[in-house]
Amino acid sequence: MADETQAAAHQEAHREAQAVQAADREPTFPRERTCPFAPPAEYARWQAEQPVAEVVLPSGQDAWLLTRHQDVRAMLDDPRFSADSAHPGFPRMYRQAVPQVLKGTFLRMDGADHLRYRRMLGKEFTAKGAKEMRPLVERTVDGLLDRMAEQGSPADLVTALAYPVPSTTICGVLGVPYEDRARFEDSTRVMISGRSTPEEVVRAKEEILGYLTGLVAAKEREPGDDLISRLLEEQVATGELDRDEVPVLAWLLLAAGHDTTASMIGLGALLLMEHADQLAALRSDPGLVAGAVEELLRHQTIMQIGMNRVALEDVRIGDRTVRAGEGVVAQLMAANRDPEVFADPDRFDITRSARGHVAFGYGPHQCLGQMLARVELQVTLARLFERFPKLRTVRPVAEIPFRHHMFGLYGVTELMVEW
Amino acid sequence: MVIGVRVDAERCCGSGNCAFTLPEVFDQDPSDGRVVLLQNRPHSGVLDLVREAADLCPSGAIELTE
Repeated sequence: MADETQAAAHQEAHREAQAVQAADREPTFPRERTCPFAPPAEYARWQAEQPVAEVVLPSGQDAWLLTRHQDVRAMLDDPRFSADSAHPGFPRMYRQAVPQVLKGTFLRMDGADHLRYRRMLGKEFTAKGAKEMRPLVERTVDGLLDRMAEQGSPADLVTALAYPVPSTTICGVLGVPYEDRARFEDSTRVMISGRSTPEEVVRAKEEILGYLTGLVAAKEREPGDDLISRLLEEQVATGELDRDEVPVLAWLLLAAGHDTTASMIGLGALLLMEHADQLAALRSDPGLVAGAVEELLRHQTIMQIGMNRVALEDVRIGDRTVRAGEGVVAQLMAANRDPEVFADPDRFDITRSARGHVAFGYGPHQCLGQMLARVELQVTLARLFERFPKLRTVRPVAEIPFRHHMFGLYGVTELMVEW
Repeated sequence: MVIGVRVDAERCCGSGNCAFTLPEVFDQDPSDGRVVLLQNRPHSGVLDLVREAADLCPSGAIELTE
């Protein structure tokens, strides 16, 4: 018990110190990009010179920034670090109060509590299950490409393809009727843009949860062949899960499975069009698509901020000691450009072995939907360039709008293409 | 050379990386996505992929004995 009391006192002192510091300290992380296809230049410098760097977050909090692949992986799979954002030392990106974490938010849980949820949902996102989804994803993609062809060149790839593919796919998994998509798409965008005010985020979250609560009630009356119905039948009925948690889980899966994949489709298509040699190689050997997707995930890691954790005890990382109660940020973009793991890391090379990337995170919280995301990316990018072999961007890269804000997911907001 | 493979289903978070990398050796329990070992002494032709699967496992649930 002495340890816990000490830890609590330490945390209290830490919090007070941070409140004082927050008033007048300039954040040193995140940094801005100077090249649209590369992480901010400082991250590589930190990686080489200060792999466990002391940074000041926009919240005014101090945190340790990890940029090496090895450190990022070790920390994210270390039970001495917690994902609990309610912990006073958890690295926060904003000064505003953190909204209450809803029951069922398993990505903010640790250890056995977290794994219990992974196992409830795990059956829905297996490698085999993703493979079985392939024909459905192919039909979705082909339908969207047909529509692009009908409407004619040029088109905005973001609205014509990048968003509808994951949106249709995750709605199919959850059992969200296709015609209801618009009701949560706007709200989802508000929540993850990184630009929205806390009030806007709270309102958007309430809207989505309200819709999903109604949908769960409808599935109770009339179950279907979908994830929500199975959660109700197998987990809620047996007492494993509270009924109130089902809309929360559905919301987490919708949010996680939607804008992420959409961002990668847009960026992936653009990067391939910018690298004519790589695109030519992919066209001449469609078998390269799986490796190409891994390289895209490595090279264009859309999780710009990183994965945040708080130390539960003192932990040595490299030559630094992270104290209990201190925050740590695992910088995934930097880890994926670590020359110790990926030779000539800035080079985009679809034939390299990129599977060791941490674009989906690492540790027990690693992306639950990664196998489905891989199928969506592989099918979409392969079919796109097969259908439109002359596909090219309408504007030069300098005129393409990127989401420059360093808090949200990276991506292009519009990608006009012609063929 | 022969490699022995052990899996720890308690640690497994069901990421699917092993089953995706080498489905003839690793599968996932259809009830919860946890790892199921199909061969504990895989043949020498797949050793590189066995090592890759162990390295990619995000929760350290695959152990190799050489």
